[in-house]
Amino acid sequence: MNPGASLQAVHQAHIGAPILQLEGISLAFGGVQALQDISFDVREHEIRAIIGPNGAGKSSMLNVINGIYKPQQGRITFRGQTFSHMEPWQVARMGIARTFQNLALFKGMSVLDNIMTGRNLRMKSNLLQQALRLGAAEREEIAHRERAEEIIDFLEIQAWRKTPVGRLPYGLQKRVDLGRALAMEPAVLLLDEPMAGMNVEEKQDMCRFVLDVNNEFGTTIVLIEHDMGVVMDISDRVVVLDYGRKIGDGAPDEVRGNEDVIRAYLGVAH
Amino acid sequence: MFYRENGQFKTSYRADQQILPIRQDRLLMAGLLVVAYLVVPWVASDYLLRAIILPFLILSLAAIGLNLLVGYCGQISLGHAAFMAVGAYAAYNLAVRVPGMNFLLVLLLAGVCAALVGALFGIPSLRIKGLYLAVATLAAQFFIDWMFARVKWFTNYASSGSVSTATVELFGWKIETPAEKYLFLLSVVSVLALAAKNLVRSHIGRSWMATRDMDVAAEVIGIRPVYAKLTAFAVSAFYVGVAGALWGFMHLGAWEPAAFGINVSLNLLFMIIIGGMGSILGSFFGAFFITVLPILLAQVPAMLGFNLSVETGSHLELMIFGALIVFFLIVEPHGLARLWAIGKEKLRLWPFPH
Repeated sequence: MNPGASLQAVHQAHIGAPILQLEGISLAFGGVQALQDISFDVREHEIRAIIGPNGAGKSSMLNVINGIYKPQQGRITFRGQTFSHMEPWQVARMGIARTFQNLALFKGMSVLDNIMTGRNLRMKSNLLQQALRLGAAEREEIAHRERAEEIIDFLEIQAWRKTPVGRLPYGLQKRVDLGRALAMEPAVLLLDEPMAGMNVEEKQDMCRFVLDVNNEFGTTIVLIEHDMGVVMDISDRVVVLDYGRKIGDGAPDEVRGNEDVIRAYLGVAH
Repeated sequence: MFYRENGQFKTSYRADQQILPIRQDRLLMAGLLVVAYLVVPWVASDYLLRAIILPFLILSLAAIGLNLLVGYCGQISLGHAAFMAVGAYAAYNLAVRVPGMNFLLVLLLAGVCAALVGALFGIPSLRIKGLYLAVATLAAQFFIDWMFARVKWFTNYASSGSVSTATVELFGWKIETPAEKYLFLLSVVSVLALAAKNLVRSHIGRSWMATRDMDVAAEVIGIRPVYAKLTAFAVSAFYVGVAGALWGFMHLGAWEPAAFGINVSLNLLFMIIIGGMGSILGSFFGAFFITVLPILLAQVPAMLGFNLSVETGSHLELMIFGALIVFFLIVEPHGLARLWAIGKEKLRLWPFPH
């Protein structure tokens, strides 16, 4: 058995029960049906990809999970808690983090501050303690700084710690976006096209980070990606959406052979 | 040549996170405080203190307050003079109705009153942004102007509508002369400026800046927009309210509701635009600029030997003032604070080109 295969076996053995379940999600904007009766689940520790042509509803799907969009129908179950809609900040506090397709970093802040903001939801000191910088507030700040530094080390962005993120090149900004989400120590991480617009080397780096996050922190990953090579390589199971409908679901190889999927991507001969 | 951080290694996060991480900056700040406390009160004339330094200190505080909201949290407000008025009238009423109350407590409570009113008028910010929010806060300006002019209780039924304050006494210290007022104001402003700096480098400050830069992303990483925006309004109004109380008690002495009109709100906005949005230091620069410029503009023609009529002078002043603001917005939208930062960056390398 080659080492890659044994790692794969270890990874497979870690995959557990469903942590996130979506049942019958429907979302419409006026007359446009963005999502129609979509159901799928995400198992603990797995890498779950969502693919589909442009406009298939992939990002809408993540926005529903995040609470940015409110679905007209359907239920979401996360770690045994069922709800139909939650505010984004509540979802964050439950342990779901997110990166964005078109970067949504805090442009006026440094790399360090962006990542520290990801720790905000764990910080407890009150306004007065912060204003006076009393012992407790200072200690809390330092404790969280240590965690933020671990993430900076992990993503290899030490040199840019104090640089305003607006000045960084695109590939590094994507990394900071990932770092900010990781700082929340989420149970589930939603990645919206983490490799869009990257060159081959940057894609390889990003793949490595995603796999490491999954392995080292045990984070469950839901990934939207257009690069089929990447999707087939790193994901455990794939959901395929087309015009707001689910047309395929299963292991990468199953999906690759699915007639509907081939039709959606390549079209049909008339 | 002298301004380098070479050899100053940080070995703890505490050292790395201090407000002035470079030793030379700390020395400069210490020197500044020594001069401000020990030299200025003896050297400055009463006129200089009364016409420039006292208003500068109080307006700095108000500018810091507005900057917390506009520069850090990205919520625009055209109603901040109204919150100054709330602070001033709250302090007046406390002083009149509760004789013998410690003036520091009066200031604190005046700030709290302003904070409550600020949070109330901040509620529209949860739904609307930008220009629409500006218009909504304008409502605060007009409503509060009206309230203090019409509801006689606030002015203690003074027949003329104007109120006047007694001499402030603090722990037996009568704060009467301009130098004494200066020392008191300097202390209050230093402490509150430090507190503001602490806030913006703590997690509350980060949640404000996150809301300013990208509100959807801020919410997705767990920041409650309601909390971030309303605390920004409340803290901002607290600062402005304290500044309003000081403006009334230490600078004006006697005032009527028109003292806190819309033009004061606009002046505060000019201060932070010129000084630098999202910078505590910039608030001081902006307040200084706006306080000193009219006086300079009034005196320069006379110094140069031109004899202008008073009207021409004041028209000229307004024109130059407006032109300077437009010039700043185009050339350096980040204000004097950015120029200062660029200057420091240059000084680090000087006298070498790279």
